[in-house]
Amino acid sequence: MSLTNAQRQKLLLFPVYVALTAAGIFTLIPFAWLVCAAFKTNADIFAFNFLPLGDGFLGVDWGRLTLLNFFRLFRELGIGVALTNSIFLAATSALLATFCCSLAGYALAKFRFAGRGLVMSLVLAALVVPGSLLLAPGYKLLYDLGLLNSFAGLILPGLTPAFGVFLFRQAMVNAVPATLIESARIDGAGEFRIYFTIVLPLVRPMIGAYLMITFLGTWNNFIGPQIVLQDPQSFPLSVAINQLRGLYGTDYGLIMSGTLVSIAPVLALFLLLQKEFIAGLTSGAVKG
Amino acid sequence: MSAPASASAPAAPLAVRRYRAEPAWVPWVFLAPFLLTFGVFLIWPLVQSVVLACQQTFGPKSTAWVGFANFSFLLHDPLFWKAVRNTALFAAGSVFLQLPVSLGLALLLNRPGLRGRTIFRLIFFAPSLVGLVFVGLLFSLIFAPRTGLVNTVLNDFFPAFDPEFPWLQVYVMPALILAALWLYAGFNMVYFLAALQGVPEELMEAAALDGAGAWHRFRHIVLPEILPVGTFVVLMSLLGSLQLFELPYILLNGPGADNRGLTIVMYLYDNGFVTGDLGYASAVGWVLALVMGSFAFAQRWFNKRQEES
Repeated sequence: MSLTNAQRQKLLLFPVYVALTAAGIFTLIPFAWLVCAAFKTNADIFAFNFLPLGDGFLGVDWGRLTLLNFFRLFRELGIGVALTNSIFLAATSALLATFCCSLAGYALAKFRFAGRGLVMSLVLAALVVPGSLLLAPGYKLLYDLGLLNSFAGLILPGLTPAFGVFLFRQAMVNAVPATLIESARIDGAGEFRIYFTIVLPLVRPMIGAYLMITFLGTWNNFIGPQIVLQDPQSFPLSVAINQLRGLYGTDYGLIMSGTLVSIAPVLALFLLLQKEFIAGLTSGAVKG
Repeated sequence: MSAPASASAPAAPLAVRRYRAEPAWVPWVFLAPFLLTFGVFLIWPLVQSVVLACQQTFGPKSTAWVGFANFSFLLHDPLFWKAVRNTALFAAGSVFLQLPVSLGLALLLNRPGLRGRTIFRLIFFAPSLVGLVFVGLLFSLIFAPRTGLVNTVLNDFFPAFDPEFPWLQVYVMPALILAALWLYAGFNMVYFLAALQGVPEELMEAAALDGAGAWHRFRHIVLPEILPVGTFVVLMSLLGSLQLFELPYILLNGPGADNRGLTIVMYLYDNGFVTGDLGYASAVGWVLALVMGSFAFAQRWFNKRQEES
């Protein structure tokens, strides 16, 4: 009865916190299970749901945790090669795609020229072509070009995704003032210099977001490398870990540690870039 | 780069020194990577896929012309229809379970005065960073008999529960939908949250003062505001669901018991890359593209009608 407005507000928020916390716990449980399993022997994975219980700090027997799974992954199974392949493929694709998409987006946003409307409709048309339609003819094309079983066969088709061109075009239309470009031209700056020193710094948030989007997409891509690559030494983590499952299917500790090695780097990268990433994701949909 | 000769020419009086128009080649140079990859890796394969769809192939090397036989075989193959049914079930699960959860989370997070919004958003979004392959592996062990998390927990609470219960053989589709819910709920939530932040707060307060209940405010203020983003998210999850492949392929280690996890793209993959008939796979691809195109068309039509009314 005698509650102030602020107190009422707080009381009303209480069930919201309860619901959000419950949902948060459900979201985190698979991660927690994965991390715990990666550091346990297979016997302990069977014996304990999460951490092995014992007399140690917080009632956990910390001494039973082991790095054995990781030693086996890197020493015996050479997963380091797959990790390197994943880093190389994802970093190269992300840098090249960001560069090429920002160039094309800049041309469409800030230049007036005959044929601009046509190119813009090509971009929009490319957006709606489903990737699975291109699987079979794309494979045949890579075969004809001699690009099967090479990293180039994975990187080149994703050099300039229409989605990226579209995102950069949208970002640059408003973020880059035409007068700035014009005065740079009057001062005698070359076109590439204008692009690198004036245009790119103005869309830095979009660059961060798109680097992250393409890095993540390449890192998590399975069907591409599964189809294109044949030599196990060139497999990225996604394909290599699945092969591991085929060979050591019941060795849960090994598979979970391999999965942890595969997702920890992108989670860390996301923590660094999360603000730009989420802003970039929604920019196309909300204020397009 | 190219120093402008005319701008620095002493003869040009200052008053008429206008800005130098960029050379006409500049935009085309900037567009070159896009146009090249567009032509080589999109247009050319698209043209090829029309030809391929009328051929039977044995790997990329040997082909035989079969006309429309691929399509008529496809439409009479019970396995294809099974894949269509599974894919449709999954898409329905995505739209009717996942999206309400996403919207609910977004509405909760959007409550004024809420603390810890950033950390909650971070937690809910985190699963969508995990690739489908890794989600498939993770959940294949979570649902595993005997050692899987689901069975051990159920067995702890209900000792009568059989710890060997094979979830992934009995409840294929629910397991898939649950894994996808974990993966995508936070991803779609981000879109809904961004849309909700565009709902004018004064309007909500005014409506509340006028005595409009929570449901009425949602129905008449919030819903119309977020509808465009809503239909966008529905379309995205429909199109994504129709192309479902990696999650069931990894989670079930193939099409699953009795092909109950077979999807359209898995059917395409098996025919194209396991059997080696790229022609038949192209035909499947075209049928799928047609279905996806009609959904995209329907969304545009719906949005246009909304704008007019």
